[in-house]
Amino acid sequence: MATYSTNEFRGGLKVLLDGVPYNILENEFVKPGKGQAFNRVKLRNLKTGRVIERTFKSGETVEGADVSELEMQYMYNDGNVWHFMDPKSYEQYEIPTDALGDTALWIKEQDLCMVLLWNGQAISVLPPNFVVLEIVETDPGVRGDTSGGGGKPAKLETGAVVRVPLFVQTGELIKVDTRTAEYVSRVK
Amino acid sequence: MYQESNKNNWQPTAKNAALHARAEFYQKIRGFFAARNVLEVETPLMAACGVTDPYIQAFPVKDKYLQTSPEYAMKRMLAADCGSIYQICKAFRMEEAGNFHNPEFTMIEWYRLGFDHLQLMQETDELLQLLLDCPPANRITYHDLFMQKLGINPLTADLLTLQQCATQHGINLTATAAQDLTITDWLQLIMSHVIEPQLTGSSPWFVYDFPAAQAALAKVIPGEFPVAARFEVYMEGLELGNGYYELQDPQEQSKRFAADNQKRAQEGIATMQPDERLVAALEVGLPDCAGIAMGIDRMLMLKLKTKNIADVISFTINNA
Repeated sequence: MATYSTNEFRGGLKVLLDGVPYNILENEFVKPGKGQAFNRVKLRNLKTGRVIERTFKSGETVEGADVSELEMQYMYNDGNVWHFMDPKSYEQYEIPTDALGDTALWIKEQDLCMVLLWNGQAISVLPPNFVVLEIVETDPGVRGDTSGGGGKPAKLETGAVVRVPLFVQTGELIKVDTRTAEYVSRVK
Repeated sequence: MYQESNKNNWQPTAKNAALHARAEFYQKIRGFFAARNVLEVETPLMAACGVTDPYIQAFPVKDKYLQTSPEYAMKRMLAADCGSIYQICKAFRMEEAGNFHNPEFTMIEWYRLGFDHLQLMQETDELLQLLLDCPPANRITYHDLFMQKLGINPLTADLLTLQQCATQHGINLTATAAQDLTITDWLQLIMSHVIEPQLTGSSPWFVYDFPAAQAALAKVIPGEFPVAARFEVYMEGLELGNGYYELQDPQEQSKRFAADNQKRAQEGIATMQPDERLVAALEVGLPDCAGIAMGIDRMLMLKLKTKNIADVISFTINNA
C-alpha cells in the first residue's frame, strides 16, 4: 500500500494509524513563522466510527489503508454473525453483530447495503439511506388527525423505534431515513 | 500538492471590498513611514541564497531561490548605510496552502536604526492601531505567558513536563512525532496549539524575550537564563509577525547558519549554502537596529473579519 505525507492529507483519505484504518475528516496546517510545523487532523476510526484528533509533525508519512466500499446484499444472521453477499461475484462476507452497530436496526434480508472492506474483510456496514419497514406495534391514533403534529413511538419489524404521526397504524409500511432515524412517509 | 488548474475557477477569490482595503492599507503604511523618515526600498525576489532556517523552505528557480523574506538583502543595505528602511513585497515559502497560509504572500518588513526590540514593539503597536483601528497592545514575556496560562517555566521545563502538559491539553501526537520532538519543538507545539488560540480580545498581543534556542536572527540577552531579544505579535489567536533586536556579530551569524544546516541534515532536508554576502556585510558592520516582518494578508483578514486568506488575496495558489 502507498504511503502518504501530511501534505497529501485531505478529507476522504484512508490511512492506517496504530494498525487501525481511519478516514481523514479534516486536516489543519499549524505553522508558526519560526519553528516546527504540525498538521492537526481529525480522523474517523472505520471500525468503531469514533472520531479522534491526532497531531502529526508536518512531513511525517503514514501508510494508506486498503479500504474499499462494495454494495452487497444482506442474507441472514445467526445471532452472532451477519452474512452479506456481493451480488456480482456471489462471494460471501461476514461481520460480527457488535461491529454492525445501529445498522442492525434497519436492514432486512435481501436489502442492499454498502459494506466497507479492509484488506478483504468486512469491517462496517451502512444501511440504505431509506428503508421501508412494517410497523409491528404502535398505539391506535386519533382518527381524523392528519397534521402529524403530535406523533407517537412505533416499533418496526427490525426492532427499531421511530416517531410516527398519530394516523399511522400497526401493520402499515413506512419509509424511514436511516441517517436521522426519522419517519418520511407511509408506503402503500 | 496543490489543486489542479481548472478554468471554472477563473474569478478572483477576493471581493472588491478586499481589494480596496488592501490599497488603503498600502497608502496608510506608506504615510506612516514617510512621516517617520523611513525609506521605502525594493530588493530582489530571486537571489542566490535561500534561508537556512530548517523549518522554512524556499522555491528553487534555476540556480536561484525565490526569497522567503527580504531580510538578508535588506540587512546588506543597512550595512551600506542606507538608514532606516521598509519594504512591502511578496515572499514565497514552499508550504501547504490552508486557511491561514498561501505559498505566495505579502509581507511588510522594516528596520529601525537605534531601536531595540522593545522600541520596535511600540512602533509596531502604533502601526497596528492605525491599520486595524484597535486599542493598544498587551505585552507579556514568553516566560510570564507560559507561567500565567500553564504554570510552566519555559526556560527550565524538561521534556517530560512539556509532554505531560501537551497531553493534558488534548494534544495527541503520533508516536513518530512524539519521539522526535526536542524541548524547543514541544514549546512551539504548546505555543501554537494551546496558547496562541487564547491570545484573543480586541487588542494585539506582543510576546517577547523568547528562549535563547528560538533566537533565529535576534541578539541573545545574557543572564542566568539567557533570552532572545525577539518578539512575536498575535491578534485574535493569529500570528502576525516576528521582530528582532538584530544580531550584529558575523561569527555568531555563521554559527547559526551552521546550526540550521546541522538540523536540516538531521531532518533529512537539503542544506542551504549560507549567504556569504550577508556575513561579509555583518563583518563591515550592521548598524545597531531592530527589524520586523509582518504578514499583510493576515492583517487584512483581521480587518475584514474573515477566517480564510483566499478572501483577501486576488488569486490563491489554487487558481493563480
